[in-house]
Amino acid sequence: MFESFTTRTKQRFCWPQLLLWVVVIAVIVAAPVVLPVFRLNLLGRFLSLAIVALGIDLIWGFTGLLSLGQGIFFAVGGYAAAMYLQLNSSEGQPNGIPEFFSLYGVDRLPFFWEPFHNPVFTLIAIWFVPALLAAVLGNMVFRNRIKGVYFSILTQAALLVFFNFFNGQQKLINGTNGLKTDVTQLFGQMIGSPEMQRGFFWLTCLMVFLTWFFVRWVVRGRFGDVLIAIRDDEPRLRFTGFNPTLFKTIVFAIAGGLAGIGGALFTVQSGIVSPQYMAVPFSIEMVIWVAVGGRGTLVGAIFGAVAIMYTKSLVSEAWPQGWLFIQGGLFILVVTALPEGVIGWLKSDGPRNLLSRIGFVRPIGTYPQLEMDGQDEVQT
Amino acid sequence: MTMPLLELRQITVSFDGFLALRDLNLNLKPGELRAVIGPNGAGKTTFLDVITGKTTPSEGDVMFKGRSLLGTREHRIARLGIGRKFQSPRVFEKLSVQENLALAVSCPKQPWSLLVGGLNASQRDQVHHLMSIVNLQNRADWAAGSLSHGQKQWLEIAMLVGQDPDLLLVDEPVAGLTDEETDLTADLLKSLAGDHTVLVIEHDMEFIRRLESPVTVLHQGHVLCEGTMDQVQADPRVIEVYLGTTQEDNG
Repeated sequence: MFESFTTRTKQRFCWPQLLLWVVVIAVIVAAPVVLPVFRLNLLGRFLSLAIVALGIDLIWGFTGLLSLGQGIFFAVGGYAAAMYLQLNSSEGQPNGIPEFFSLYGVDRLPFFWEPFHNPVFTLIAIWFVPALLAAVLGNMVFRNRIKGVYFSILTQAALLVFFNFFNGQQKLINGTNGLKTDVTQLFGQMIGSPEMQRGFFWLTCLMVFLTWFFVRWVVRGRFGDVLIAIRDDEPRLRFTGFNPTLFKTIVFAIAGGLAGIGGALFTVQSGIVSPQYMAVPFSIEMVIWVAVGGRGTLVGAIFGAVAIMYTKSLVSEAWPQGWLFIQGGLFILVVTALPEGVIGWLKSDGPRNLLSRIGFVRPIGTYPQLEMDGQDEVQT
Repeated sequence: MTMPLLELRQITVSFDGFLALRDLNLNLKPGELRAVIGPNGAGKTTFLDVITGKTTPSEGDVMFKGRSLLGTREHRIARLGIGRKFQSPRVFEKLSVQENLALAVSCPKQPWSLLVGGLNASQRDQVHHLMSIVNLQNRADWAAGSLSHGQKQWLEIAMLVGQDPDLLLVDEPVAGLTDEETDLTADLLKSLAGDHTVLVIEHDMEFIRRLESPVTVLHQGHVLCEGTMDQVQADPRVIEVYLGTTQEDNG
């Protein structure tokens, strides 16, 4: 009785969730065997987007910060990985610097490229630089108490600023063309080779699991309660003695770092990073994955990203113009019928309600509180 | 004479020329229970906003434990030992009763300690103790949003007590409560006074009378008079601005 009445978003262990995990693990194990390299590569890319989606779920689903600028951090992570790979493969090039520089008459490596010779630095920069950037941008917004839709607009504006800046910097990062990674070398192997791609697929799966565990650890317990409290009533939390600005900055930085990791994995699996990763529609799509999968449910974020992107690629192959209609339809469906997303709907007795509505299951008789009152409730 | 715990010195708050508070002076001694009444628009809530740092006064100073609170941010003021209960109950609706109280008793309220550790044994005991004070022990795992209005009021009072502030600012604690609940709330607040300093804002005259505390009457952002409930109710100025109808009832 108590159980059914806790409307808390905490993850309960229930059969749809278990079933989902069995399916997920089965897919991951079977995928490299069953799927052709092209499909496997797509799945790997979409799983790296799931890492981004987990970050968005953390800031939006739990903390209520709707960021439309996650593309910034996604692209920065991707650039960090691509810069290392470019440097790692440019020994035979003129001046020993990546080939594209010669197109613009640059013969010295720009200073910020230098540390990317170091693989350890790169592995840290992939998540640390986006996280730091997110912390700085976020803190400037949060400490001025800008929230809600104004926050969303600011993040989108920041996205456009970065998009235009990266597009214009031919001499620094090859501008619009972006940095290619598929013909670069790692461990003496071509990044684009099937063996490497399979390796990246496993790595991505591992990172999705680790990210899921990490975010779950963050949102469970009192830290997660504070995030939910920020979402529901931030001023009240201040008067309880918490500093919401600090908490918001921290989770926004975490989400930025996760977007960076996702961006790096996405880049090595798609073979290029370009300012297109900071296109406005792409960052909005990221939010839609989480909305459709289910805000505040971590599994929902992963499911939303992978399912929507995979469907998108299948639909686009068969009917190129069709996807936008389906995406729009999905968004309308979530706004009107499934505000908690697919996984949220499954968790909140959605299937039972649907069945009872069409007459298969008897609806629950009464509001549970009525039975409660007068029994063990002593209202002296 | 002991130093006042809270001292408001000539506070003036102006909202675009409208003076919500003007030249307001008020002292609270440690351990005191004080009721503040006043007609709508008298500035009662603004007065709490000034103390808790939500509103910055255009003139005057707020002294708490001998230091000025001006320019201190809300969460720091809360950590200094000022707790506030809002007019309409404000609890974290998606969190359970227990989680609401856990956040209130958490100390320190820093991200890292919240992330890596749970509540310690004494804090857990405190949460259970608070739930039993306000009769919510059966509701521990219920989402606060599913509680009744009165239960939310009490949960918020319990959260306030859980913060263990030196000064409790309680804004209309009995709005929408039954008579029994009102009496219990009065007893609870009286029992808190002494260890804590309590300032209660309320419209309910019977409730204020039950508190047996000194009463401050606000009118148009200014202290009109202070005294016991009987003195205040007999004051012709108060009758004029506020208690005119009550006078007839009593007469």
